[in-house]
Amino acid sequence: MVLADPALVGVLGLRMGDNALILGQRLSEWCGHAPVLEEDIATANIALDLIGQASNWLKLAGEVEGGGRSADDLAFLRDAREFTNVLLVEQPDPDFAHTLMRQYLFDSWHAEMLDRLVDSTEARIAEVAAKSAKEAAYHRRRSADLIVRLGDGSEESHARMQAALDALYPFAGELDQPDDCDKALAAAAIAPDLGELAGEVASARTIVFGRAGLSVPTDVPVRSGGKSGLHSEALGYLLAEMQILQRSHPGAKW
Amino acid sequence: MSGASSSASPWPLWEVFIRGQAGISHRHVGSLHAADAETALCNARDVYTRRGEGVSIWVVPSAAILATDPDDHDQLFDAAQSKIYRHPSFFEVPEEIGHM
Repeated sequence: MVLADPALVGVLGLRMGDNALILGQRLSEWCGHAPVLEEDIATANIALDLIGQASNWLKLAGEVEGGGRSADDLAFLRDAREFTNVLLVEQPDPDFAHTLMRQYLFDSWHAEMLDRLVDSTEARIAEVAAKSAKEAAYHRRRSADLIVRLGDGSEESHARMQAALDALYPFAGELDQPDDCDKALAAAAIAPDLGELAGEVASARTIVFGRAGLSVPTDVPVRSGGKSGLHSEALGYLLAEMQILQRSHPGAKW
Repeated sequence: MSGASSSASPWPLWEVFIRGQAGISHRHVGSLHAADAETALCNARDVYTRRGEGVSIWVVPSAAILATDPDDHDQLFDAAQSKIYRHPSFFEVPEEIGHM
Protein backbone atom coordinates (compact mmCIF):
# COMPACT_ATOMS: atom_id res chain seq x y z
CA MET A 1 0.00 0.00 0.00
CA VAL A 2 1.35 3.39 -0.97
CA LEU A 3 0.38 6.14 1.41
CA ALA A 4 -0.39 9.68 0.38
CA ASP A 5 2.32 12.23 1.09
CA PRO A 6 0.83 13.61 4.33
CA ALA A 7 0.62 10.15 5.88
CA LEU A 8 4.18 9.45 4.75
CA VAL A 9 5.35 12.53 6.63
CA GLY A 10 3.77 11.02 9.72
CA VAL A 11 5.54 7.69 9.17
CA LEU A 12 8.90 9.42 8.81
CA GLY A 13 8.28 11.56 11.88
CA LEU A 14 7.35 8.49 13.90
CA ARG A 15 10.39 6.50 12.78
CA MET A 16 12.84 9.32 13.41
CA GLY A 17 11.16 10.02 16.74
CA ASP A 18 11.08 6.39 17.86
CA ASN A 19 14.76 5.88 16.99
CA ALA A 20 15.74 8.93 19.01
CA LEU A 21 13.40 8.13 21.91
CA ILE A 22 14.42 4.50 22.36
CA LEU A 23 18.14 5.19 22.03
CA GLY A 24 17.78 8.13 24.42
CA GLN A 25 16.03 5.90 26.96
CA ARG A 26 18.67 3.17 26.55
CA LEU A 27 21.50 5.64 27.04
CA SER A 28 19.84 7.18 30.07
CA GLU A 29 20.16 3.82 31.84
CA TRP A 30 23.85 4.67 32.28
CA CYS A 31 23.04 7.79 34.27
CA GLY A 32 24.92 7.38 37.55
CA HIS A 33 26.55 4.11 36.39
CA ALA A 34 28.94 5.01 33.55
CA PRO A 35 32.61 4.00 33.92
CA VAL A 36 33.82 7.53 34.78
CA LEU A 37 32.08 10.71 35.85
CA GLU A 38 32.88 12.64 32.66
CA GLU A 39 31.52 9.84 30.49
CA ASP A 40 28.44 9.62 32.69
CA ILE A 41 27.65 13.30 32.15
CA ALA A 42 28.37 13.16 28.41
CA THR A 43 26.19 10.06 28.00
CA ALA A 44 23.33 11.64 29.90
CA ASN A 45 23.69 14.79 27.76
CA ILE A 46 23.42 12.78 24.57
CA ALA A 47 20.42 10.90 25.96
CA LEU A 48 18.72 14.22 26.70
CA ASP A 49 19.57 15.57 23.23
CA LEU A 50 17.94 12.51 21.69
CA ILE A 51 14.84 12.68 23.88
CA GLY A 52 14.50 16.37 22.95
CA GLN A 53 14.71 15.45 19.29
CA ALA A 54 12.20 12.65 19.79
CA SER A 55 9.79 15.12 21.30
CA ASN A 56 9.93 17.30 18.15
CA TRP A 57 9.51 14.35 15.78
CA LEU A 58 6.66 12.77 17.73
CA LYS A 59 4.87 16.09 18.01
CA LEU A 60 5.01 16.31 14.22
CA ALA A 61 3.81 12.71 13.85
CA GLY A 62 0.88 13.42 16.17
CA GLU A 63 -0.08 16.56 14.26
CA VAL A 64 0.02 14.77 10.92
CA GLU A 65 -2.08 11.95 12.33
CA GLY A 66 -4.70 14.50 13.31
CA GLY A 67 -6.11 12.39 16.12
CA GLY A 68 -5.07 14.73 18.89
CA ARG A 69 -2.23 12.54 20.19
CA SER A 70 0.61 14.51 21.73
CA ALA A 71 4.31 13.54 21.70
CA ASP A 72 3.85 12.25 25.27
CA ASP A 73 0.84 10.13 24.26
CA LEU A 74 2.90 8.56 21.49
CA ALA A 75 5.88 7.96 23.76
CA PHE A 76 4.10 6.62 26.81
CA LEU A 77 0.87 5.05 25.61
CA ARG A 78 1.90 2.84 22.70
CA ASP A 79 2.81 -0.83 22.97
CA ALA A 80 5.98 -2.39 21.54
CA ARG A 81 4.18 -3.53 18.41
CA GLU A 82 3.42 0.10 17.53
CA PHE A 83 7.01 1.34 17.86
CA THR A 84 8.85 1.81 14.58
CA ASN A 85 12.46 2.21 15.74
CA VAL A 86 15.15 0.00 14.21
CA LEU A 87 16.24 -2.99 16.30
CA LEU A 88 19.74 -1.50 16.70
CA VAL A 89 18.69 1.23 19.12
CA GLU A 90 16.82 -1.09 21.51
CA GLN A 91 19.73 -3.51 21.93
CA PRO A 92 20.84 -3.85 25.56
CA ASP A 93 24.25 -3.02 27.03
CA PRO A 94 26.26 -6.05 28.14
CA ASP A 95 29.21 -3.66 28.47
CA PHE A 96 30.16 -0.09 27.64
CA ALA A 97 31.77 -1.17 24.36
CA HIS A 98 28.31 -2.18 23.12
CA THR A 99 26.95 1.21 24.18
CA LEU A 100 29.62 3.07 22.25
CA MET A 101 29.42 0.83 19.19
CA ARG A 102 25.61 1.03 19.05
CA GLN A 103 25.97 4.79 19.36
CA TYR A 104 28.50 5.12 16.57
CA LEU A 105 26.59 2.83 14.20
CA PHE A 106 23.51 4.96 14.80
CA ASP A 107 25.22 8.39 14.87
CA SER A 108 27.10 7.73 11.63
CA TRP A 109 23.76 7.14 9.90
CA HIS A 110 21.70 9.65 11.89
CA ALA A 111 23.91 12.69 11.30
CA GLU A 112 24.04 11.98 7.56
CA MET A 113 20.27 11.37 7.42
CA LEU A 114 19.49 14.65 9.21
CA ASP A 115 21.83 16.55 6.90
CA ARG A 116 19.75 15.32 3.98
CA LEU A 117 16.40 15.86 5.70
CA VAL A 118 17.32 19.53 6.16
CA ASP A 119 16.77 19.78 2.38
CA SER A 120 13.47 17.90 2.45
CA THR A 121 10.72 19.21 0.16
CA GLU A 122 8.43 18.92 3.17
CA ALA A 123 8.99 22.07 5.25
CA ARG A 124 7.94 20.54 8.58
CA ILE A 125 10.45 17.72 8.18
CA ALA A 126 13.21 20.14 7.18
CA GLU A 127 12.46 22.30 10.21
CA VAL A 128 12.69 19.49 12.77
CA ALA A 129 15.81 18.08 11.06
CA ALA A 130 17.52 21.46 11.22
CA LYS A 131 16.98 21.56 15.00
CA SER A 132 18.65 18.15 15.41
CA ALA A 133 21.44 18.19 12.81
CA LYS A 134 24.10 20.05 14.81
CA GLU A 135 23.60 17.86 17.86
CA ALA A 136 23.81 14.71 15.77
CA ALA A 137 27.01 15.91 14.09
CA TYR A 138 28.55 16.38 17.53
CA HIS A 139 27.34 12.94 18.68
CA ARG A 140 28.97 11.37 15.63
CA ARG A 141 32.23 13.20 16.15
CA ARG A 142 32.32 12.10 19.78
CA SER A 143 31.40 8.46 19.22
CA ALA A 144 33.76 8.12 16.24
CA ASP A 145 36.59 9.45 18.40
CA LEU A 146 35.86 6.89 21.13
CA ILE A 147 35.62 4.04 18.62
CA VAL A 148 39.12 4.88 17.35
CA ARG A 149 40.60 5.36 20.81
CA LEU A 150 39.23 2.14 22.25
CA GLY A 151 39.53 0.06 19.08
CA ASP A 152 43.14 1.15 18.85
CA GLY A 153 43.63 1.09 22.63
CA SER A 154 44.65 -1.77 24.89
CA GLU A 155 44.32 -5.43 24.03
CA GLU A 156 41.22 -5.68 26.17
CA SER A 157 39.54 -2.54 24.81
CA HIS A 158 40.24 -3.71 21.27
CA ALA A 159 38.75 -7.14 21.95
CA ARG A 160 35.65 -5.63 23.53
CA MET A 161 35.11 -3.18 20.69
CA GLN A 162 35.53 -5.91 18.09
CA ALA A 163 33.06 -8.14 19.95
CA ALA A 164 30.58 -5.25 20.09
CA LEU A 165 31.00 -4.57 16.38
CA ASP A 166 30.50 -8.25 15.54
CA ALA A 167 27.37 -8.39 17.70
CA LEU A 168 25.77 -5.13 16.53
CA TYR A 169 26.76 -4.87 12.89
CA PRO A 170 23.92 -7.16 11.71
CA PHE A 171 21.45 -4.66 13.21
CA ALA A 172 22.94 -1.64 11.39
CA GLY A 173 21.72 -2.85 8.01
CA GLU A 174 18.10 -2.14 8.88
CA LEU A 175 18.82 1.59 8.68
CA ASP A 176 19.85 1.13 5.05
CA GLN A 177 17.01 -1.13 3.90
CA PRO A 178 14.19 0.86 2.32
CA ASP A 179 10.66 -0.47 2.66
CA ASP A 180 7.71 0.79 0.59
CA CYS A 181 7.30 3.90 2.76
CA ASP A 182 10.99 4.77 2.48
CA LYS A 183 10.82 4.37 -1.29
CA ALA A 184 7.73 6.57 -1.55
CA LEU A 185 9.36 9.18 0.73
CA ALA A 186 12.45 9.22 -1.50
CA ALA A 187 10.33 9.43 -4.67
CA ALA A 188 8.55 12.48 -3.24
CA ALA A 189 11.95 13.96 -2.23
CA ILE A 190 10.70 14.17 1.35
CA ALA A 191 13.57 11.93 2.47
CA PRO A 192 16.80 10.75 0.83
CA ASP A 193 17.21 7.47 -1.01
CA LEU A 194 18.31 5.15 1.81
CA GLY A 195 20.47 3.01 -0.46
CA GLU A 196 22.40 6.02 -1.66
CA LEU A 197 22.73 7.32 1.89
CA ALA A 198 24.04 3.90 2.95
CA GLY A 199 26.95 4.22 0.53
CA GLU A 200 28.06 7.52 2.08
CA VAL A 201 27.66 6.18 5.60
CA ALA A 202 29.61 3.02 4.77
CA SER A 203 32.56 5.04 3.39
CA ALA A 204 32.74 7.15 6.54
CA ARG A 205 32.52 4.05 8.76
CA THR A 206 35.27 2.31 6.79
CA ILE A 207 37.65 5.15 7.62
CA VAL A 208 36.77 5.14 11.32
CA PHE A 209 36.90 1.35 11.70
CA GLY A 210 40.19 1.32 9.75
CA ARG A 211 41.74 3.85 12.13
CA ALA A 212 40.38 1.85 15.04
CA GLY A 213 41.93 -1.36 13.72
CA LEU A 214 38.53 -3.09 13.77
CA SER A 215 37.40 -5.59 11.14
CA VAL A 216 33.95 -4.98 9.72
CA PRO A 217 32.05 -8.26 9.49
CA THR A 218 31.26 -9.31 5.95
CA ASP A 219 28.36 -11.33 4.57
CA VAL A 220 26.30 -10.97 7.72
CA PRO A 221 22.53 -11.28 7.50
CA VAL A 222 20.61 -8.09 8.26
CA ARG A 223 18.50 -8.24 11.41
CA SER A 224 15.43 -6.15 10.74
CA GLY A 225 11.77 -5.83 11.67
CA GLY A 226 11.68 -2.78 13.89
CA LYS A 227 10.33 -0.42 11.25
CA SER A 228 7.23 -2.59 10.96
CA GLY A 229 6.88 -3.09 14.69
CA LEU A 230 8.49 -6.52 15.01
CA HIS A 231 10.86 -5.98 17.90
CA SER A 232 13.29 -7.95 20.00
CA GLU A 233 12.40 -8.94 23.54
CA ALA A 234 14.59 -6.12 24.84
CA LEU A 235 12.13 -3.41 23.80
CA GLY A 236 9.37 -4.73 26.07
CA TYR A 237 11.49 -4.34 29.20
CA LEU A 238 12.66 -0.90 28.12
CA LEU A 239 9.08 0.28 27.53
CA ALA A 240 7.89 -1.21 30.81
CA GLU A 241 10.37 0.96 32.69
CA MET A 242 9.86 4.05 30.52
CA GLN A 243 6.06 3.93 30.58
CA ILE A 244 5.26 2.67 34.07
CA LEU A 245 4.38 6.06 35.48
CA GLN A 246 1.89 7.00 32.76
CA ARG A 247 0.49 3.48 32.77
CA SER A 248 -0.01 3.38 36.53
CA HIS A 249 -1.18 6.98 36.92
CA PRO A 250 -2.79 7.90 33.59
CA GLY A 251 -2.58 11.59 32.84
CA ALA A 252 -0.16 12.29 35.71
CA LYS A 253 1.72 15.57 35.27
CA TRP A 254 4.65 17.04 37.14
CA MET B 1 45.06 11.99 44.64
CA SER B 2 45.32 9.30 42.01
CA GLY B 3 44.70 5.83 43.32
CA ALA B 4 43.08 7.23 46.45
CA SER B 5 40.09 4.97 45.93
CA SER B 6 39.03 2.26 43.54
CA SER B 7 36.80 4.75 41.72
CA ALA B 8 39.58 7.30 41.23
CA SER B 9 40.26 8.01 37.58
CA PRO B 10 43.55 6.73 36.17
CA TRP B 11 43.56 9.77 33.90
CA PRO B 12 45.29 13.07 34.59
CA LEU B 13 43.40 16.07 35.93
CA TRP B 14 42.72 19.12 33.76
CA GLU B 15 41.66 22.63 34.72
CA VAL B 16 38.92 24.08 32.56
CA PHE B 17 38.63 27.74 31.56
CA ILE B 18 35.66 29.11 29.66
CA ARG B 19 35.15 32.39 27.83
CA GLY B 20 31.55 33.34 28.50
CA GLN B 21 31.24 35.74 25.62
CA ALA B 22 33.42 37.43 23.04
CA GLY B 23 35.67 40.07 24.58
CA ILE B 24 35.57 38.65 28.10
CA SER B 25 38.58 36.71 29.39
CA HIS B 26 38.50 32.96 30.05
CA ARG B 27 37.49 32.11 33.62
CA HIS B 28 38.30 29.04 35.62
CA VAL B 29 35.15 26.94 36.00
CA GLY B 30 36.38 23.65 37.39
CA SER B 31 38.36 20.56 36.59
CA LEU B 32 37.91 17.10 35.13
CA HIS B 33 39.75 13.91 34.24
CA ALA B 34 40.67 12.96 30.69
CA ALA B 35 43.20 10.75 28.92
CA ASP B 36 44.60 13.59 26.81
CA ALA B 37 44.07 17.23 25.90
CA GLU B 38 41.60 16.59 23.08
CA THR B 39 39.41 14.40 25.24
CA ALA B 40 39.66 16.97 28.01
CA LEU B 41 38.28 19.63 25.63
CA CYS B 42 35.51 17.29 24.56
CA ASN B 43 34.60 16.41 28.16
CA ALA B 44 34.75 20.08 29.14
CA ARG B 45 32.23 20.85 26.43
CA ASP B 46 29.91 18.18 27.78
CA VAL B 47 30.38 18.92 31.46
CA TYR B 48 30.53 22.71 31.51
CA THR B 49 28.86 24.23 28.44
CA ARG B 50 25.58 22.41 28.11
CA ARG B 51 23.53 25.49 28.93
CA GLY B 52 25.25 27.83 26.51
CA GLU B 53 27.83 29.01 29.04
CA GLY B 54 30.67 29.55 26.62
CA VAL B 55 32.09 30.47 23.26
CA SER B 56 35.61 29.14 23.85
CA ILE B 57 37.23 26.56 26.12
CA TRP B 58 40.80 26.18 27.37
CA VAL B 59 42.05 23.10 29.18
CA VAL B 60 45.34 23.06 31.05
CA PRO B 61 46.98 20.09 32.77
CA SER B 62 46.49 20.69 36.49
CA ALA B 63 50.06 19.48 37.03
CA ALA B 64 51.30 22.42 34.92
CA ILE B 65 49.91 24.94 37.39
CA LEU B 66 52.24 26.21 40.09
CA ALA B 67 50.26 27.61 42.99
CA THR B 68 51.20 29.77 45.95
CA ASP B 69 51.57 28.08 49.29
CA PRO B 70 48.73 29.01 51.68
CA ASP B 71 51.37 29.31 54.45
CA ASP B 72 52.93 32.21 52.53
CA HIS B 73 49.66 34.13 52.55
CA ASP B 74 50.74 36.74 55.09
CA GLN B 75 53.95 37.79 53.45
CA LEU B 76 52.57 37.68 49.92
CA PHE B 77 49.19 39.32 50.32
CA ASP B 78 48.67 40.97 53.69
CA ALA B 79 51.06 43.82 53.05
CA ALA B 80 48.81 45.09 50.24
CA GLN B 81 45.74 45.25 52.49
CA SER B 82 46.62 48.65 53.95
CA LYS B 83 47.50 50.32 50.65
CA ILE B 84 44.12 51.26 49.30
CA TYR B 85 45.71 54.11 47.35
CA ARG B 86 46.95 51.47 44.91
CA HIS B 87 43.38 50.91 43.74
CA PRO B 88 42.41 53.04 40.74
CA SER B 89 39.22 53.92 42.55
CA PHE B 90 40.01 57.62 42.89
CA PHE B 91 39.14 58.31 39.27
CA GLU B 92 35.66 58.89 37.95
CA VAL B 93 34.91 56.59 35.01
CA PRO B 94 32.64 58.32 32.45
CA GLU B 95 29.44 56.32 32.01
CA GLU B 96 29.88 55.87 28.26
CA ILE B 97 33.07 53.86 28.87
CA GLY B 98 30.97 51.01 30.23
CA HIS B 99 32.58 47.78 31.34
CA MET B 100 36.36 48.01 31.87
